[in-house]
Amino acid sequence: MADDHHGPTVRIYLAVFASLMFLTALTVWVAFQDLGMFNDVVALGIACTKATIVILFFMHVKYASRLTWLLAGAGILFLLILFAFAMADYVSRGWLGMPMSQYLQ
Amino acid sequence: MAITEQDVQASEDAPSVNYLNNGYGLKSWLLTKDHKRIAVLYIISISIFFALGGLFASLVRFELMTPEGDLMSSDTYNKVFSMHGIIMVFFFLVPSIPATIGNFLVPIMVGAKDLAFPRVNLLSWYVYVVAGILGTIAVVGGGVDTGWTFYTPYSSTYSNSNVILAAMAAFMAGFSSILTGLNFVVTIHTMRAPGMTWFRLPLFVWSHYATSLIMLLGTPVIAITLVLLMLERGFGFGFFDPNLGGDPVLFQHLFWFYSHPAVYIMILPSMGVMSEMVASVARKRVFGYEFVAFSSVAIAILGFLVWGHHMFVSSQSTYAGMVFSIITFLVAVPSAIKTFNWTATLYKGSIVYDTAMFYVYGYLGLFLVGGLTGLFLSSMGLDIHLHDTYFVVAHFHYIMVGGQVMGYLGGMHFWWPKITGKMFPDIWGRVSALLVFLGFNLTFFPQFILGYMGMPRRYHVYPDEFQVLNVASSMGASILALGYLVPGAYLTWSIFKGPKAPDNPWGAKGLEWETTSPPPTFNFEETPVVTEEAYQYGPIEEH
Ligand code: HEM
Ligand SMILES: [Cu+2]
Repeated sequence: MADDHHGPTVRIYLAVFASLMFLTALTVWVAFQDLGMFNDVVALGIACTKATIVILFFMHVKYASRLTWLLAGAGILFLLILFAFAMADYVSRGWLGMPMSQYLQ
Repeated sequence: MAITEQDVQASEDAPSVNYLNNGYGLKSWLLTKDHKRIAVLYIISISIFFALGGLFASLVRFELMTPEGDLMSSDTYNKVFSMHGIIMVFFFLVPSIPATIGNFLVPIMVGAKDLAFPRVNLLSWYVYVVAGILGTIAVVGGGVDTGWTFYTPYSSTYSNSNVILAAMAAFMAGFSSILTGLNFVVTIHTMRAPGMTWFRLPLFVWSHYATSLIMLLGTPVIAITLVLLMLERGFGFGFFDPNLGGDPVLFQHLFWFYSHPAVYIMILPSMGVMSEMVASVARKRVFGYEFVAFSSVAIAILGFLVWGHHMFVSSQSTYAGMVFSIITFLVAVPSAIKTFNWTATLYKGSIVYDTAMFYVYGYLGLFLVGGLTGLFLSSMGLDIHLHDTYFVVAHFHYIMVGGQVMGYLGGMHFWWPKITGKMFPDIWGRVSALLVFLGFNLTFFPQFILGYMGMPRRYHVYPDEFQVLNVASSMGASILALGYLVPGAYLTWSIFKGPKAPDNPWGAKGLEWETTSPPPTFNFEETPVVTEEAYQYGPIEEH
């Protein structure tokens, strides 16, 4: 590729690899700790961190044009839309205070 | 349009090497990086799948001629309609216009030599072919019976058919469309000819840009959803099956998050075709160009916010349903803008009653009915009655077949001279448009009534009182089939025997009409410089 000199160096790749390995180990360790309501939060937090590192360095987004940033950002925005609207369903399901079968009749 | 002596002269002076005669061997086609040749490869492959999907459709219509299930067992019937849907949606409709006419025209319309990534373009075709082979294996090796929607937990746990293979095929077909979409976005952003500003782009390009955004943003979600489905089915992961701690409605959320936007993948490209044809047949600039352009983008974005309208009776929360219902009503607005603007373009236009015009009229009528019945379904109360009936089946066929397939056929006629360098007999083009329009309405209008009377979709045994309408529908289907076979015949004939096409047989505006028919391998002899807006047709004389 023409713009390789903007890309990450081997050292950065190794550092990224090491941090991914570390975070994976951390995930496994955390899975055995009971953090109460934070179980999911911590697991998802680690996963998102890893995804961010992969996107920025392995997928070269950090070094890419603004258009690439825009598209990657749009991808994340639409993922959030998916989560938000789907959660809106789950959160509000009980609000009518009666089971589905009743109000369908 | 009359073909003048000069036109013919002009095309004979044209350079004799074009993309079609530049190399003949199989290799020159299978390893080509020319977007125009890849478009031709796609035309051939999707035609095969259209025929296969059509075969399954005829089986459905045969079976439904009688109230009893006499032609096939219930299990077989489930497989037949599922394979019809899967093939038509994933292997025909999604690639139909973008991968063929779009592939051919987007680079030419922006004034480029090719797409940004020619090898990726070829790769997308190979991925499509592998997907098609997997799909064919799934069909031949016993079929699938989940419907094109793959609803869980039936698909993940209970079905005994080739779900994993079929899902894998749909997954790969999705990747082929991601590659196409990526190519279009990059090409439109970076490869426009000098002077080709965003607001000089033909509306066909705008609609393909919007389509590509959906392909890029939506398709990965269906891909991962199908992977989850395969993991649950293959390895017992509990995502969707309540027995394993999953939630079947979650599948519907994930599936429709892609598949509602995907229905716009299956209509936006044909809207682009319409804009080009309307301007050409009316000899006018498309009315409200900017609105039509932005309505494509609005559809692409709003289309992601309405998927819950498929789930009103799925145990989705009523409150979520209300929000989805309101936004669904809103998304009809940009579609309406387009329809009104095309009509306004025709107003006081200098209309030519040729094949393209017939297809434009047909499209306007059918898309209108399809879009408006969508609004019936978006009302939560009415949808309780209409959901999963033939009303829904009629609704989406009016759009997908009446809209996209009509647009595909119309576009194939409109650009046929450009693609093949040959003219087809115009009278036959008009006959085929009429056959399609009549056959289509006879097939699908009765289904609105059937659905309203309560006939559920996906059953092959029904009460006697539904028979008359079902027979009418099956008869219509045979006329419709004829409407597809006839163009197949005369278009093929024209390749060998048709008169040579001039560069601009319709006197239309646009870069594609400025190059030769068929275009040279790199589209233009020299890079075009654009100095005016799209559709600058001269003033219309008063009659
Ligand atoms: C004017 C905008 C539209 C509105 C308001 C609309 C509304 C709806 C609604 C509410 C449903 C759910 C009905 C039910 O299952 O009970 C539906 C189903 C469907 N619509 Fe539309 N629609 C619109 C445009 C389109 C377009 C453009 C397409 C395709 C190109 C399309 C294809 C479909 C399909 C395939 C289904 C049924 C899916 C299935 O269950 O198999 N619709 N539509
Ligand atoms: Cu929808």
